[in-house]
Amino acid sequence: MSEHTLDHHAHDHHDDHEHHHGPAKGIKRWLFATNHKDIGAMYLWFSFTMFMLGGFMAMIIRAELMYPGLQLVDPNFFNQMTTTHGLIMVFGAVMPGFVGLANYMVPMMLGAPDMALPRLNNWSFWLLPFAFSLLIIAIIKAFLGIADAPNFGWTFYAPLSTKYGPESTDFFIFSVHMMGISSIMGAVNVIVTIFNLRAPGMTLMKMPLFVWTWLITAFLLIAVMPVLAGAVTMMLTDRHFGTSFFDAAGGGDPVLFQHVFWFFGHPEVYIMILPAFGVVSAIIPTFARKPLFGYASMVYATASIAFLSFVVWAHHMFTVGLPLAGNLFYMYMTMLIAVPTGVKVFNWVATMWRGSMTFEVPMLFAIAFVILFTIGGFSGLMLAITPVDQQYHDTYFVVAHFHYVLVTGAVFSIIAGVYYWLPKWTGRMYSEFWGKIHFWSSLLSVNLLFFPMHFVGLAGMPRRYSDYALQFADFNWWISIGGFWFGLSQLILLKILIDVCFRKKGAQATSEVWEGAEGLEWTLPSPAPYHSFTTPPLVK
Amino acid sequence: MAQKPTQYYVPDQSPWPVITALSLFIVAYGAASFIQQNSGSGLVANDGSSGKILLPLGLLGILAMMFFWFRDTIKESLAHKNSSQLDVSYRMGMMWFIFSEVMFFGAFFGALFYVRLLAIPWLGGAGEEAMTHELLWPNFQAMWPLTVTPDGSTTEAMPAWGLPFLNTVLLVSSSVTLTIAHHALLAGNRAKLQINLFITLLLGFAFLFFQVEEYMHAYQEMGLTLDAGIYGSTFFMLTGFHGMHVTIGATMLTIMFIRTLKGHLTPDNHFAFEAAAWYWHFVDVVWLFLFICVYWL
Repeated sequence: MSEHTLDHHAHDHHDDHEHHHGPAKGIKRWLFATNHKDIGAMYLWFSFTMFMLGGFMAMIIRAELMYPGLQLVDPNFFNQMTTTHGLIMVFGAVMPGFVGLANYMVPMMLGAPDMALPRLNNWSFWLLPFAFSLLIIAIIKAFLGIADAPNFGWTFYAPLSTKYGPESTDFFIFSVHMMGISSIMGAVNVIVTIFNLRAPGMTLMKMPLFVWTWLITAFLLIAVMPVLAGAVTMMLTDRHFGTSFFDAAGGGDPVLFQHVFWFFGHPEVYIMILPAFGVVSAIIPTFARKPLFGYASMVYATASIAFLSFVVWAHHMFTVGLPLAGNLFYMYMTMLIAVPTGVKVFNWVATMWRGSMTFEVPMLFAIAFVILFTIGGFSGLMLAITPVDQQYHDTYFVVAHFHYVLVTGAVFSIIAGVYYWLPKWTGRMYSEFWGKIHFWSSLLSVNLLFFPMHFVGLAGMPRRYSDYALQFADFNWWISIGGFWFGLSQLILLKILIDVCFRKKGAQATSEVWEGAEGLEWTLPSPAPYHSFTTPPLVK
Repeated sequence: MAQKPTQYYVPDQSPWPVITALSLFIVAYGAASFIQQNSGSGLVANDGSSGKILLPLGLLGILAMMFFWFRDTIKESLAHKNSSQLDVSYRMGMMWFIFSEVMFFGAFFGALFYVRLLAIPWLGGAGEEAMTHELLWPNFQAMWPLTVTPDGSTTEAMPAWGLPFLNTVLLVSSSVTLTIAHHALLAGNRAKLQINLFITLLLGFAFLFFQVEEYMHAYQEMGLTLDAGIYGSTFFMLTGFHGMHVTIGATMLTIMFIRTLKGHLTPDNHFAFEAAAWYWHFVDVVWLFLFICVYWL
């Protein structure tokens, strides 16, 4: 498309839309992409690639932990695996996955032709592969035994990451800077699209809930990604330019790092779950064939969760010796979050109540989300209780908690969204048979993987260790079996995606795709045209 | 706001964003290699010379990409390809970008307040931290500015009413002249616009000149350096990033000045000017907070 130079049709800008109906040819379509569907597809494939890479590291972790003692890797390498597994899953798999869904769906749901700032959109995406290259170079070197990858845990606490961090830490720091720019620019784009490109009649309170949750997520991203950039910048100057931000000998404080990090980190966990709420709120009404119960309360609940996320960060720090008043404040604020979250779970269940339910694969994943995310929420409530957290802190109970909210929460919702919208994207139905196998296999294995972690955690097994006491051996063997099983199950998803996207298998999808589906995106043909809406539809 | 469009504007593809991302990667890789060479170690198995080449190469790439990308955008704007809806998108985008910058400074201000109000008093034994004081550095005196660190290195505090106050006057005046220029632009008074924009630039560059003076004074005579403990750390981090933003803002305004000379920026099509002006006012407000919290109180 770049051969369409500007001068070429500068004189007659009313007609130039005629030239834009198809994508550019070859690699240029992707490298120079300005189309929200192309960029959305790249985000989603990037996310899936990172999911596989991060999953591979999880397999190494589980293989080492299958038996007590040290079998496969040395403890330092094990630490590098837990660290990079976390970083890649959070920043590489979950966040880009949701940005991909937003890119694809938000313009279609609003009746827009594309994102508001398409070139910025291209930049947001292409920053990611380059940012992760910095990290992956370090990981490859770790595998080859040349140099250490980051080994301080995904939370990179000082002084582990400052005074004692390996040399790859500097590459990691710049990698985080680039991911931050990508996230901020992507979020700016989403917000501007929502505020400025809604079709006539699409008032804020008529927007699909997925758009609402993404609006609030984008706000959180713009608010906290710069704080993360500040944190890693202070790390960098502490490491190389003699500053003392995180060094008490110079008047700083290592705990300052934790405050700055979690001021980013807690809103970050809502960045990874609010769009999931949006996906599930789109799917459940469709397959229950009822409108979403309590739409307005869903919007307010999402906004309340986002607001509260800024005042709960120190619940990650109950054991560092905060003043008592601080611990109490953060405990009560954290428990308050259960109220709007409870509203949401109630509304999803109420939407299904007396609905004409069918159980296609997206619905199965969405129902599993509601149940399993709630389990993750309950364990979060337990962790919020300060005196109890003194016991649970840094045990496998915490690992169980955040994997329930992130894997059976965020990842399940992304998978549900992919099944739900795949026919709209490609024009072809996926195989319901293989989809159901994927679902049941994932559901059983993920619970075998993460549920016993609650027990070993409560019994005192600490997280982030490459070895453990003998009494945890049986549970860990089962956990590892669950882990391998869950990892292999995701290859079924890969098969389904390849069948639909590349081997062009599957029945032709209708415009509406699902019987009960409502919203502007279902008025477009499947696959949707290259520029979703070239003239604004009227929303009544 | 303009009327809702009947047909949407969809821009052409562009090669610049992906090359900008590549350039940033080269900068990041080069900077990391360069830093490690300076600290006497190297993940990159060489003497760090790759950093010396890659860092400037990447920076050059970013500058070139900014030039081409903005050039295309300006061309499209001059050719009236931009709908009024796109203009609103640009404005919203810039506002949210400035909000992200506010949060970036927020991280460093947060660090400053945490250290001043909590960490240093605790090291001095405040609250329930008597044993911390007793066991770590019993001779440590809690104070701000922290001129003697727990491990004993000393520095001087930067007084507020010398160069910093002069710089406050310069920057606040520059915001006034920029606003006059803005009104002149809206009124179509080109001469008044150019004169006031030029004065704004002079004031901005004078600010930068005096900040360099201040830094040299701090380093050479006061012993106030980056490694002079937390006071020097917060001082240079906050004022340094602010100075960087003044430089960016002044560059933006310089380009606006050149564009006014070329006849760009009309009363009804001047988003770039407003974006640069908003940025400048943002930088000005950050400075006022800096003057109060870093220099004065």
